[in-house]
Amino acid sequence: MRCFIGIDLGSTTTKAVVIDENQNILGRGITNSRSNYDTAATIAKQEAMVNGRFHLFRQALGETRALNGLLDTFINQLERDFRAEQYLEQLADLEETCQRSLASANFGDAGAGVKETLTEVFRRLTAEAPALFAPGAKRKSDFFRDIAGSQYLATGEVVAKEAGTRYDHLLNVFDRSIIEVENRVYSDSIRRHLLAALERSFVALPETTSRRTQVEAPIKGILDTEMEETYVVGTGYGRARLPFSKEHVRSEILCHGLGAHVMYPKTATVLDIGGQDTKAIQVDPKGIVESFQMNDRCAAGCGRYLGYIADEMNMGLHELGPMAMKSTKAVRINSTCTVFAGAELRDRLALGDKREDIMAGLHRAIILRAMSILARSGGIRDEFTFTGGVAKNEAAVKALTELVRENYGELTLNIDPDSIYTGALGGATFAWRAIVEEGKTVEARAA
Amino acid sequence: MNTTTTVVKPQPAKKPQVQKEDAMWLQKELLAKNYGELASARADNRKVSATFVPGNLNELLMCFNFARSLPETNALQNGMRKKSGKMIMDAERDGHSEDVCTYVKSDLGMMMGGEIGPTGEVLPKPDILLLSYTGCFTFMKWFELIRHKYGCETVMLHVPYQAEGRIAPNMREYVVKQLKETVIPTLERVSGVKFDIDRLRQYMRESAKAEEDLVAVLQSAKNRPSPIDGYFGAVYYIGPIFTAFRGTPEATQYYHVLRGEIEQRMREGKGPITPDGEMGEEKYRLVVEGPPNWTSFREFWKMFYDEGAVVVSSTYAKVGGLYDFGFRHDPENPLESLADYCLGCYTNLNLPSRVDMICKYIDEYQADGLLINSIKSCNSFSAGQLLILREVEKRTGKPAAFIETDLVDPRYFSAANVKNRLESYFQMVKQKRGSATGEPMVISNAARH
Repeated sequence: MRCFIGIDLGSTTTKAVVIDENQNILGRGITNSRSNYDTAATIAKQEAMVNGRFHLFRQALGETRALNGLLDTFINQLERDFRAEQYLEQLADLEETCQRSLASANFGDAGAGVKETLTEVFRRLTAEAPALFAPGAKRKSDFFRDIAGSQYLATGEVVAKEAGTRYDHLLNVFDRSIIEVENRVYSDSIRRHLLAALERSFVALPETTSRRTQVEAPIKGILDTEMEETYVVGTGYGRARLPFSKEHVRSEILCHGLGAHVMYPKTATVLDIGGQDTKAIQVDPKGIVESFQMNDRCAAGCGRYLGYIADEMNMGLHELGPMAMKSTKAVRINSTCTVFAGAELRDRLALGDKREDIMAGLHRAIILRAMSILARSGGIRDEFTFTGGVAKNEAAVKALTELVRENYGELTLNIDPDSIYTGALGGATFAWRAIVEEGKTVEARAA
Repeated sequence: MNTTTTVVKPQPAKKPQVQKEDAMWLQKELLAKNYGELASARADNRKVSATFVPGNLNELLMCFNFARSLPETNALQNGMRKKSGKMIMDAERDGHSEDVCTYVKSDLGMMMGGEIGPTGEVLPKPDILLLSYTGCFTFMKWFELIRHKYGCETVMLHVPYQAEGRIAPNMREYVVKQLKETVIPTLERVSGVKFDIDRLRQYMRESAKAEEDLVAVLQSAKNRPSPIDGYFGAVYYIGPIFTAFRGTPEATQYYHVLRGEIEQRMREGKGPITPDGEMGEEKYRLVVEGPPNWTSFREFWKMFYDEGAVVVSSTYAKVGGLYDFGFRHDPENPLESLADYCLGCYTNLNLPSRVDMICKYIDEYQADGLLINSIKSCNSFSAGQLLILREVEKRTGKPAAFIETDLVDPRYFSAANVKNRLESYFQMVKQKRGSATGEPMVISNAARH
C-alpha cells in the first residue's frame, strides 16, 4: 500500500506520521532527537510504520470479529509484548556494549569486579523488564535511553553497594555505551519481535488461544503487506539533515499551519510551543499560512524552560503540570529568562511559597510570553488551535484558556491529544499532495 | 580634489572566491582613499570633521577642506572586518550597557584601542563634531561621549521632525537660519577657511549628477529579473554618496560607471551579482526595512540568494538621502537644498510616511512582500516596526515577516534561527502565490480522528 510520511525533526523529539491514500492517519512515531537526526528520523519513521501496522491489525481483526469483545485487550497486550521484546533486545545490546566499553576502560584492578557487577546489574534489569511492560505499568518515558537509564542507575547503585564496586565506574561504562546503543536501528528485527510478541500475547490471554488461527491469519497477512514509502516530507530544525532534496523539505511553520488545519479545519490561529520555539501562525480557511511570528533570540517560555524547571525541582517533566493543577493561588513569576526563573523559584521556595503555587505561576509565565508572540502575529482569531509538546501540559492549557478568555473573549480552543504530531501530520499531508494532487514522482525513499 | 580615479582591478588570483563588479572595486578604492586621507590629515595639516550618515552635509564640510570621518561607517566597516566584537566588549567593560547601540560601542571601543580604523590606519581625533539631528536621538548621546573624551567642538543642527509627513516652509527656514547663523560660522572658525557659496554650488552640481545615476541604479530593480540586489548590493552602491564623497567628481564618475554596468546587465537580462557569482533564478522579490547585519553580512546575504530571493528595494538604501521621490541637491538654492536634504532623510520621517513609502515600493517594484530586519540595539527605529508590518500587510495584502539581528554585535546573529525564519517566509510566499493563482489546495477531512 502507498504511504505518505511526514517527519518533524524537533529539538527535543522527532515525530513521524504516516497517512494512507485517503489521508487517514495510519500511524504515529516519536523518539528523542539525540544529537543524531539521521537516526532519529529513521527511528521515528520506523515507529510510525510499526504503529501503522498495529492500526491495520486492529482494523483487520475488527472486521473479522475474531476477537469480539477482546479486541482492545488483545491489541494492547500485543503492543506491550512487542515493546518488551524490543526492550529486551536493546538491553542485551546495551549489556554487550557496556562489557566492550569496560574492556577499553582504565579501571586497573577494579576492572574484574566491575565486570561481575555489570553482569549482575543486567541480570536484574532483564528480570525486571516484563514488569515494566505489564498492564497498567507507569513509565516516565517511552524512550529506551530514559527507561534503561533510570533502571540502570537505580539497580546499579544497589548492586555496586552489595558488591563493593565503585558506582562511578558503572556510570562511566553506561555513559560511554548508551549513545552507541541508542543510535542503532533495529529495523530487521521488527517482524521477529512482532511474531514473538504474538506468542506471548496468546500465553498472557489464554482465552484467545482458541481463536489463534483466526487471529494469526490477518496479522500475518498485514505483516506481509508492503507499506511503501511513497513520499516523505521533512520539517523541523533537523530538516537540512534529511537525506533528500529540497523538494521534500518544508518549513515547520507551513507544516504546523497545515497540520492544525487538517486536525481542525476551522482553525484560524495556531499556537505551537515546542522545545525551543514558540510559533504563532495565522492560517486562511485553506490552511495556508498568512503570517507568523516566532520567539527571537531567546527561547525562555518554550518546552525546554519546563525541562529546566523540572531538573531544578528534581522532578519528571510530566509531573510539573499535574503539580501546578493542585495550586490554590498563583504566585507571580515575572522572569522570562529560564535561568532567572530557576533562581526565582528557589527564592520563592525559601520564602515559603508552596511548590504547586510556584508551578502554576511558572506555567502562567510561559503562556504570557506566548500571548505576546500571538499579539505580534495579529492576535487570536476563532478557532484557535494549540499544538506542540507543551499543549499536553494541563497547567499550560489552563493558563492559556484563562488568558485567552481575558484578552479575546470566548472562542473555540482546540487541543488534539496528539498535537505533538501536528508538524509531522502537515508534512505527511504535503507528501500526499505532492503525489496525489501535484503528480510528483518519488525522488528519495531512504531516510 | 579634482583627481580622477581609474578602476584598478586586482588580479583574480588575489581574491578568487569573491565576485565583484567593476564599480565595486572602484568603490573600494574610494573608501581606502578616504581612510588614507584621514590617516594623513594631521601630517597634511588638515582639520578633521565627524558627522553622521543621515543628514551628512558633505558638500558643506568640503567647503572648509575638512578630512571627513563618519563614525557609523567606521563601525560597520569594523563589523564587516570582524573587528567590532572586541571593540563592543571593551566599551561594555568601560561601563556601557548591553542595550546601547552597538555602532556607538564599536566606535568607543575603537577609540579605547587607540583609534585604529578599519583599514589598520590610525584615525585622527576630530576637530569638529557636526551633528545634523535627523531623528536618531542616540546620535546626540554618541557625540556627547566623543566630546567628553576628546573635548572637541560640537555644532548641532536641529532638524525638525516631519511629524505631519511633509516639510513646511518654516521648517526649512529654521534649518537655513541655523546654517547661516551657527553652523557655517563655527565651521569657518574651526577650519580657518572662509565660506564660499560658489564652491558649495559647484559640489552640489556634482551631487545632483551622482544622485541622478544612483536613482537610476536603484530603480533598475523594477525590472524582472532585477539586475541588482536593492539591499545587499545597494549597501555598496550607496557607500560613496552617503559618506565622504557626495559632491566629488570621483563620486560622479563612480555612479556613471555603476549605472553603465547595471544598464548593461539589464540589457543582458541578468540578475544581481553575488559574492558567489551570478545569482540563479529570481524566485522571490522582497522589500526590506531595517539595516543589514554587518558581522555576518555575507552569510546573511547567502540565505537570500541561495533561495532565489532578491531584495528589490530597501528603506536602508535611503538612510543617507532619499532621492527616488525627486529630491536633488540644487545649486541654485544651496542652503535651502541642504535643509531639504536633512529634513527628507528616511530617519526623519514619521511612521505613516514610512508605511506609505514601503507600500509604494511593494507596488512599484512588484514585490512579493516585506521583510523587517529589526535591530536589537536600535531603540529609535525598532519601535513601531511591528505596526509598520501589520499596516503594510493590511494595505498590500502581501505577506510580511520579522527577524531580529543586530548591526555590529556578532553575538546577536543567530544564523540557524534567522535562516529558519527566512526559509519559512519564502515558503509562505510561495504557498500564498500558489493559492492566489488558483492552484488546487483541496484538503480532505479524512485525516481527522
